[in-house]
Amino acid sequence: MMEITLQHYLILSTVLFAIGLVGVMRRKNLLMLFFATEILLNAVNVAFAAISSYYGDLTGQMFAFFVIAIAASEVAVGLGLLVVWYKRTGKIDLDTMTSMKG
Amino acid sequence: MEFYLYTALFAPLVGSLFAALFGMSKKNVIAGIIPSALLFVSFLASLKLAVYILGGGEPIHVELMTWMATGDLYIPYGFIVDEVSVTMMMVVTTVSTVVHIYSIGYMDHDKGFNRFFAWLSAFVFSMLVLVMSDNFLGLFIGWEGVGVCSWGLIGFWYYKESATWAANEAFIMNRIADLAMLIGIFLVYWNTGSLQYDDAFAAMPALDMPTLTMIGIFLFVGAMGKSAQFPLHTWLADAMEGPTPVSALIHAATMVTAGVYLVIRAFPLYDLIPNVGLFIASLGAFVAMFAATMALVNRDMKRIIAYSTLSQLGYMFVAAGLGAYWVALFHLMAHAFFKALLFLGAGNVMHAMHDELDPFKMGALKTPMKWTWIMMTLASVALAGIYPLAGFFSKDLILEVAFVEHHYILYTVLLLTAGLTAFYSFRLVALIFHGDDRHSENGVHPHEAYNFMLYAMAPLAILAVIAGMVFKTPYFEMVTQLLPAIEYHVHNHTVFWIMTIGTQLFVIAAIVYAYKKYAKAVKVDKKVESGILYQLLYNQYFIPQFYEEYFTKMYRELSDMMWKIDLKIVDATVDGVANIFYNTGKKTHTMQNGNLSTMLRWMVIGTLILLVLAAAFYIGQSDGLAMLLSGLGVI
Amino acid sequence: MFEAIAFYTFAILTIVMFTITVLTRHALYALSALAAGMIFISAFFFLLGADFLGAIQIIVYTGAVMSLYAFGMMFFDTTRDVIEKRTSPQLVFSLSGLAALTLVAMFTAPIVSSNITAFYPAIEGVGNSQMVGMVLFTKYLIPFEVAAVMLLVAMIAGIILAGKKMDQSLTLMKEEEIKRQLNEKAEA
Repeated sequence: MMEITLQHYLILSTVLFAIGLVGVMRRKNLLMLFFATEILLNAVNVAFAAISSYYGDLTGQMFAFFVIAIAASEVAVGLGLLVVWYKRTGKIDLDTMTSMKG
Repeated sequence: MEFYLYTALFAPLVGSLFAALFGMSKKNVIAGIIPSALLFVSFLASLKLAVYILGGGEPIHVELMTWMATGDLYIPYGFIVDEVSVTMMMVVTTVSTVVHIYSIGYMDHDKGFNRFFAWLSAFVFSMLVLVMSDNFLGLFIGWEGVGVCSWGLIGFWYYKESATWAANEAFIMNRIADLAMLIGIFLVYWNTGSLQYDDAFAAMPALDMPTLTMIGIFLFVGAMGKSAQFPLHTWLADAMEGPTPVSALIHAATMVTAGVYLVIRAFPLYDLIPNVGLFIASLGAFVAMFAATMALVNRDMKRIIAYSTLSQLGYMFVAAGLGAYWVALFHLMAHAFFKALLFLGAGNVMHAMHDELDPFKMGALKTPMKWTWIMMTLASVALAGIYPLAGFFSKDLILEVAFVEHHYILYTVLLLTAGLTAFYSFRLVALIFHGDDRHSENGVHPHEAYNFMLYAMAPLAILAVIAGMVFKTPYFEMVTQLLPAIEYHVHNHTVFWIMTIGTQLFVIAAIVYAYKKYAKAVKVDKKVESGILYQLLYNQYFIPQFYEEYFTKMYRELSDMMWKIDLKIVDATVDGVANIFYNTGKKTHTMQNGNLSTMLRWMVIGTLILLVLAAAFYIGQSDGLAMLLSGLGVI
Repeated sequence: MFEAIAFYTFAILTIVMFTITVLTRHALYALSALAAGMIFISAFFFLLGADFLGAIQIIVYTGAVMSLYAFGMMFFDTTRDVIEKRTSPQLVFSLSGLAALTLVAMFTAPIVSSNITAFYPAIEGVGNSQMVGMVLFTKYLIPFEVAAVMLLVAMIAGIILAGKKMDQSLTLMKEEEIKRQLNEKAEA
């Protein structure tokens, strides 16, 4: 247990991913949903970085890098949409957003 | 020559289709004239073919086209005109033409006039297919066709429940017999490898006795249904529900003779199994006597004639069973003429009496209906077998056959039946035409039928008189090219003359007795009517009630049970399948409620399923399970 | 030894922070916990020797993304507690648990890890940032440029979505127009 191997990092990443899943499935407030998505992305980043480090390959870090970039732009656009919706309906509760029903 | 064959065969079909065009319209007399004309054309074509065959021509064998050619099975639409089939063709077309022309007058006031001719011509077409076919399957097709047309014609007045019931009874009884016939045909094919008459009969001598016996029995059971032999006879009397021309054509001359035709056609087979032949002859004699007894006391004019037909069919089967095939065919031909004439005359009487059927309510009709009287009397004389009319040459010949073949019991039965036949025929004639007038009190004023109807019946009357004398010798020369030529002579001249004269005297005595009893003021005798023998005969030996009680009711209950099972199992299954889909849809449509949270949950479930599948696949593919566990540090 | 202590400390901290994020009812607490979790994630990157990535994580994620969220929260009335319908928490937790278990099983299978070969092996003797630079601008140049374009697009989209009076362009309007609109607004 003293020796930190790749497995440790991977298990950690999995646990974080699971937490993110819980958040995604549970949250009814759209903003909170975004938070949970961020957790998912971060968990994956940890996994990438760990594998890249343990195999001496930089591909993983590059991937993590691009994930961060994309996450940032996603936040920007997502929040913009959220603002527009809030201005229109005054609520950001998922249970009320059922116009795609059927 | 093939041209005449096709004309004879297909002209009735064209007539039927033409009349069917008018099926839904009002009565149009052209729908009766054209089929009759076409049938006359068919008659002329058959006549040409008959002259050709009589002149010693070769049988004409055509193949219209192939029907089935699969593996070893080859069945064509083939037709043959040989001596036997040309005789049948002449009988069928002659009687059919007469009946068609007669029906134009008889069905004059009927709403279903057009439909009638469509069915009638279709029937003639099926019958021609039956007699002209050159293989067993074509025969079977014609067989079924005449069954269907008979159903349609018996139940012609479909709004009458008795008519539809009689039609169904006829068809179902025929169906039961057809099952046996089909089995017979299967056995023929299985054992001989072909359904063509030539090939099958050529291969038959090589088969063993049990097989041949089975084939013979099964085919005969089929013939029993069509020709209404005991115990499948009850439908024939009930078939009188149909219009009288139908009875004349179908139940006297053509359809019921199909069974006899089958036995005659299969004569190479029946020659090999004389035991079955003896059984056929015995059954025929039994039926002859059986039917004659029932006709003695009946009070329905058409039923009496129907039982007479049944009785004569028994005669034909006696002849066929004893190996005298040409005699059977000859009696078939002669009987067709005078029985059809009797039925048509009865039709005239029925129309005049406003559809009254009880001869006890008629009487003294010989003055208003002279020609009908003359023709029916002629027909009855022919039926009784008085020299020199047709019946003598055919019926008495059968008696001779029985005697010569040393079947004395059969001979005695047939002799007694001949006496009974004469008695009940003339009982009918006396009750209707002679004696006192019992109909005027019911307000019925009879008049003769239309003239053209009488002219139509005239050829039959002429044939009934001359068919025996004139036709016998040329017929014999012709038909024995195909059928076994056995001349039946009683060797001892004295015995021969005693037989002939004795039979004639016996028959004439019966006729005189009938006249004495009925050609006067007659009342219904209550004491005789309540006698047990009378009741037995009047109720047809209670056989219909027996069938009703023990077969129909049980089958009905079985059907009801099956219907319940069908409802609960089959319907439930189909409904169940539909319900599965419906309920699945109902339960899963919540997946589409537009809620993002739900969708995310489903996404996670899907991802999970895919992950598990991938892992399972990977583990299954390699010996990964041990490796997995070792990786986890367990092993 | 230190590595192990560091790893476990940060691991526990991260897990706790993220759990708070997903479970709490107060939006502000969730935001704060998320930001803290991001910082601790960057600690992992430093532990793994991915210095550049760790720095990027702090600057971009914690700095930019989290502040974006904070701004976004100002729009919504998030001081109020969000009432959430609890719909079958067992399903949620069990699903996640199963997913985690499956993934762990997959990752710990040694057959998987033994088949991995390095595509772009690290060059020895060079620092991490230099290595990142070298790889990024040679082998990952196209993704880099595309990411740049994408960021531009996202920026524009964000402005348009959240901006006011976006149908009018101040640079294209004449001076009088702008003045007139200002006066109207002052009178109203």
